[in-house]
Amino acid sequence: MTGTAHLDPWRGFTGDAWRDTVDVAAFVRDNHEPYTGDASFLTGPTCRTLEVWGTLKSMFVEERRRGVYDIDAATPSTITAHAPGYIDRERELIVGLQTDAPLRRAIMPNGGLRMVETALKAYGYPADPQVHRIFTTYRRTHNDAVFDAYPADVLAARRSHVITGLPDAYGRGRIIGDYRRVALYGVDRLVAERKALKAALDDRPSTDEVIRDREELAEQIRALGELAQMAASYGYDIAGPATTGREAIQWLYFAYLAATKEQNGAAMSLGRTAGFVDVYLRRDLAEGRLTEMDAQELVDDVVIKLRIVRFLRTPEYDQLFSGDPTWVTEALGGMGADGRPLVTRTSFRYLQTLYNLGPAPEPNLTVLWSPRLPVGFKRFCAQVSLDTSAIQYENDDLIRPAYDDDTAIACCVSAMRVGRDMQFFGARANLAKALLYAINGGRDEITGEQVAPATAPVGGETLDYAEVLAAYERTLDWLAETYVDALNVIHHQHDRYAYERLEMALHDHPVRRFMATGIAGLSVAVDSLAAIRYGRVKVLRDDTGLAIDYVVEGEPPTYGNNDERADAIAVWLTETFAAKLRRQRTYRDAELTMSVLTITSNVVYGKHTGNTPDGRRAGEPFAPGANPMNGRDTHGLVAAALSVAKLPYDAARDGISLTSTVTPDGLGHTRDERIDNLAGVLDGYTDAGGFHLNVNVLDRATLVDAMAHPERYPQLTVRVSGYAVNFVRLTREQQEDVVSRTFHGSL
Amino acid sequence: MNVRPRDAVATATRRGDGVPTGAVHSWDVSVGVDGPGTRFVAFLAGCPLRCRYCHSPDTWYRRSGRHRTVDELMAEIEPYRRFIAVAGGGVTISGGEPLMQPRFTGEVLRRCHDLGLHTALDTSGFLGVRADDALLDATDLVLLDVKSWDPATYRRVTRTGSVTPTLRFGRRLADRGTPIWVRFVLVPGLTDAEENVAGVADFVAGLSTVQRVEVLPFHRLGAHKYAELGLTFPLAQTAPPTPELVARVRGQFAERGLTVT
Repeated sequence: MTGTAHLDPWRGFTGDAWRDTVDVAAFVRDNHEPYTGDASFLTGPTCRTLEVWGTLKSMFVEERRRGVYDIDAATPSTITAHAPGYIDRERELIVGLQTDAPLRRAIMPNGGLRMVETALKAYGYPADPQVHRIFTTYRRTHNDAVFDAYPADVLAARRSHVITGLPDAYGRGRIIGDYRRVALYGVDRLVAERKALKAALDDRPSTDEVIRDREELAEQIRALGELAQMAASYGYDIAGPATTGREAIQWLYFAYLAATKEQNGAAMSLGRTAGFVDVYLRRDLAEGRLTEMDAQELVDDVVIKLRIVRFLRTPEYDQLFSGDPTWVTEALGGMGADGRPLVTRTSFRYLQTLYNLGPAPEPNLTVLWSPRLPVGFKRFCAQVSLDTSAIQYENDDLIRPAYDDDTAIACCVSAMRVGRDMQFFGARANLAKALLYAINGGRDEITGEQVAPATAPVGGETLDYAEVLAAYERTLDWLAETYVDALNVIHHQHDRYAYERLEMALHDHPVRRFMATGIAGLSVAVDSLAAIRYGRVKVLRDDTGLAIDYVVEGEPPTYGNNDERADAIAVWLTETFAAKLRRQRTYRDAELTMSVLTITSNVVYGKHTGNTPDGRRAGEPFAPGANPMNGRDTHGLVAAALSVAKLPYDAARDGISLTSTVTPDGLGHTRDERIDNLAGVLDGYTDAGGFHLNVNVLDRATLVDAMAHPERYPQLTVRVSGYAVNFVRLTREQQEDVVSRTFHGSL
Repeated sequence: MNVRPRDAVATATRRGDGVPTGAVHSWDVSVGVDGPGTRFVAFLAGCPLRCRYCHSPDTWYRRSGRHRTVDELMAEIEPYRRFIAVAGGGVTISGGEPLMQPRFTGEVLRRCHDLGLHTALDTSGFLGVRADDALLDATDLVLLDVKSWDPATYRRVTRTGSVTPTLRFGRRLADRGTPIWVRFVLVPGLTDAEENVAGVADFVAGLSTVQRVEVLPFHRLGAHKYAELGLTFPLAQTAPPTPELVARVRGQFAERGLTVT
């Protein structure tokens, strides 16, 4: 850019800790200024913003119709593989696209060629013969490598869906580069830092670990060079630090963009950028370089870019995760370790994009909530929820002590210190199906196949709680071992064949690693156990002795009503399985964590699980995440939320997800009251130790109408477990699941 | 009073040891609909009225409730105390008609009040005379359902009863300074006559402690309960009021200087 070269990039900044070492958290701490006012300073969209967004909106119609807008099938993506692309070159303020045209998707065969070719076929594009030859003859993919190394019991568990959603055919994602580093320090400084880190390894003996570290650092240095080259193709020299707000956003976005060019990650979070950007925008405003309208326009423009991050995936993948998710998660708000709120005007500006551009699922705006946040911010968040249903909330008072005050969210609920922690994403194990395996001596209730080790089935006409529990513990031991074994294979091979060079270049070295496991079917398993313990559950068996159905008698308690009897079982199961997982040896000695999160895969999990002892029918969807089963939480949203809040975060450090749907009338009579009441509920839930809350404020009639007339609701956003989706892009089945889910409206 | 004989069996409100018990139909935790904020709402069983638009016919009879001691109900409230304190809100005793069981209701209100919880009583006022001063001293807010002004309409709505006790109760609340939220259920063809609404509005405007008027548009979401009970829902064919009608009625209250939601 012209006119800024003479400026000292760090003029006016305070503090020293961040100058000599790469430490963005220290920079934010030293330079951040809390904003405790309300939303009245915000501005609407400019004509320029609406024109750029309008160009894309007309393309979205076509994209929705065909599933993809366009694909570049011949160019395996790298940071520099594609020529620069623009939406509207004259009007864009922040530039950069994943390929040479908007919504044109790239192929990333490193993760798996099969995924690429299946997707191309599904959308009517021929596979490129040269790409095919390269990735079958000269270059192995992550997908090939994993299947070479999977043991037989992992394959069986995967086939039967007791473990599912494993990132063994595509990029694992959930790694958040500290993209702010590029803006604060420039690429040259980061390269120098990596070179020094690598040189420091020269004295160490060349063990497996040291060789791998050296190679990874070399790859990271190469990726940073490619990042600078990519920026240069757009006319930007990012060797040095950014000097203005516009440059800071542009540098940061280039770094993020490079990551999305290199990785088709399942979730590609942005991190925690608003507070950082605010320091620059505040300086520009003080220097008279920008007006509030200009500042908002820059934020709107980069958010437009974040809304069109696209990956080529198969229709089956999209069916599993509903639509076309990318999880460009940005963490907003939260409290500083020094007790000051980390809320800035830019936190408001990010939320304001939901008005200026209309509601959208991406970026996945996530508010780190604490009852101590300023009232003006709390009320604005609640208002945005009421108006758009497009934001989610996570408990800052749990996250901050467990991690730190510069922590971001990967995907939906996975907290990690920005640039200091990474995770090996591990999808989830089906605890409801595992219970059926326990009852059936390790045989699958649908196929009859012996999947878990053969044990004596639980006998008798009526299930005995102690007997079931003992069998369940044995099955969970096997499941934990098999599951972590699968993850170790996956991440070993992913590091070798689809390493995230750029994202890892923007992390500290050495980095703290998590092995992030997850569970599905919690409420089904808990209600089943509660039925066996507090009611009577009779078993119906087929000719081969396989238990295939259950009859529940009595009135057993169910999870989701703040009833200690059922909730205690939920706590026990969460802690028990987490402990079994922690006993496993992990790849690269990663710290084992666990989530209670299904995203929308609760539908598919349910489809592959037979009748369960809680009375749920075979094929019926599970509840998402840590939710109570649909319709069984009979005392309203607060009682359900308090049940979920009992699940211990210490056992599930990768997050616990709750999705709630309320009607506007279910929050109060007037708009002001609804805002205050929702903010109050968030305070109460956070105070009770609840970790995560998706809030949908909708009425049933709107959803039913949207199913019938999707064309009228192109932007209708619904929050499902952990992130938001376009309702009209859900499958019919998922739409019905959302509609039938409890509406906590007052009758 | 038009209490059915078989209900009389359940009117003994004391156990042998003198501990008051109540017939409690169910409880819920609601937000913003039964008084201010997040509230624990106890629905007591039994009501002397049989309103045509009633959305909870399952609470008409005392026998449809479970007998609970005050301690037992307080134990249900306990897990929500902290949440209510942080989120803002309180406890509402609703029904049915809670003043069918004044001793039990009064005791629960007093216990909650002593704990520092905001208390609300949701009543038609028809049995207001049964609320003694001690009960009202423990009540921070009365949600007063004024069903109609015109005596014939009132009788048609409730199929029994008269509005006079409600009016008397309203004046008594105002005299003793108890805050009131008035509720008026708007049913097309039943309660919507201009003079009927005007009468309610004039009366309410004369009560100095009325903080707001909630005009509640009739809905049919309780219809399935009638079917489950083998009863006929008298308003099955009545449509919810149009937005225009709701606006007109709200306007009638607002033009008398009342806060309408």
